[in-house]
Amino acid sequence: MKSFAGTTLSWENANGVIELKLHREPCNEIGLATLEELERFAEALESESKDIAALIMYSGVSAGFSAGADLRELYRRSQPLRAAERIAGVREFLQRIHRVLNTIDAAPITTIAAVHGVTFGGGLELALSCDLIIADKMARFCFPELRLGLIPGFGGIPRLKRDLGNGVVRDLLLTGRSFNAAKAQAAGLVSQMTAEGESLRAARATAAQIQKFDRETAIAAKRFVKPIPYEDLRREIELFCELFSRPAVEESLKKFVESADAMPYLP
Amino acid sequence: MQSLQEVTEEVLRLAASHFHVPRAQLSPDDDFFKKLGIDSLQALDLLTRIENHFHIEFPDYELQGVSDFRTLAARIQARL
Repeated sequence: MKSFAGTTLSWENANGVIELKLHREPCNEIGLATLEELERFAEALESESKDIAALIMYSGVSAGFSAGADLRELYRRSQPLRAAERIAGVREFLQRIHRVLNTIDAAPITTIAAVHGVTFGGGLELALSCDLIIADKMARFCFPELRLGLIPGFGGIPRLKRDLGNGVVRDLLLTGRSFNAAKAQAAGLVSQMTAEGESLRAARATAAQIQKFDRETAIAAKRFVKPIPYEDLRREIELFCELFSRPAVEESLKKFVESADAMPYLP
Repeated sequence: MQSLQEVTEEVLRLAASHFHVPRAQLSPDDDFFKKLGIDSLQALDLLTRIENHFHIEFPDYELQGVSDFRTLAARIQARL
């Protein structure tokens, strides 16, 4: 798999392990530019993964892994549009990001998200598409979408439902509170917790271990334990679009985007 | 159980150390957003350090409306 250097992310092949680095300041907000580069990554992963054993996804920005969807861009782009066009635009974006995350989720390699700091909303959903999450002790995980009158839209709920107990899913989703790494590990979301700044090193050590295994066996094992919840993923897009069509959501987005509060993510 | 004064002192020390502000410049009634010059992401960082330091869970919605160290310490004490 060839290397790529984009404006929001880059990847390189480090001796059979692909390292995908997110590097969009301030905190890897996922808008159109990131989506386009993620699509490019997913295409490369599908067509050129024969010589790859593992993927490590990490962030090069200090604030964290990713703060999720770029809400400012979403608000700015949707403002001039009529209601039907706004929903159509959001649906298209969701379908595209779902294709990317489904490709990563089902990739015939072992995938690791090495996270630190803010891992919120769409950022958590990106991490959840990986097989393992390795977090440094300063990582925080959150689904803040209900604060905006929405649900997570990048496949987060179906993947959480697949991976964790329903009580934990309800806690994350219905309270909108954030979990620290220790709590996330206790809940089964995080597989390894490291000292501050050590998650990438731990992910590299894990990838080196994975490379020792027979490739076909690793693929068979992954397929056996990790079904892709396609039906729930489709329903999530429908529910998100239904909620997004309500005027209250536009008001919440406006309030968030225009807020000068110190903590605008709180309702 | 630690007294409110002890918890407040630990919070002030933690904030001073992490955000590189001399401890002597911080007092319990200071607005920590203004005094430390932090934004929402850095406030989350402080929250995580508090949870790790005191070995507590501190839901971020409990920070709502809290801006001074003394009130923050009282919320922490309620979770100890």
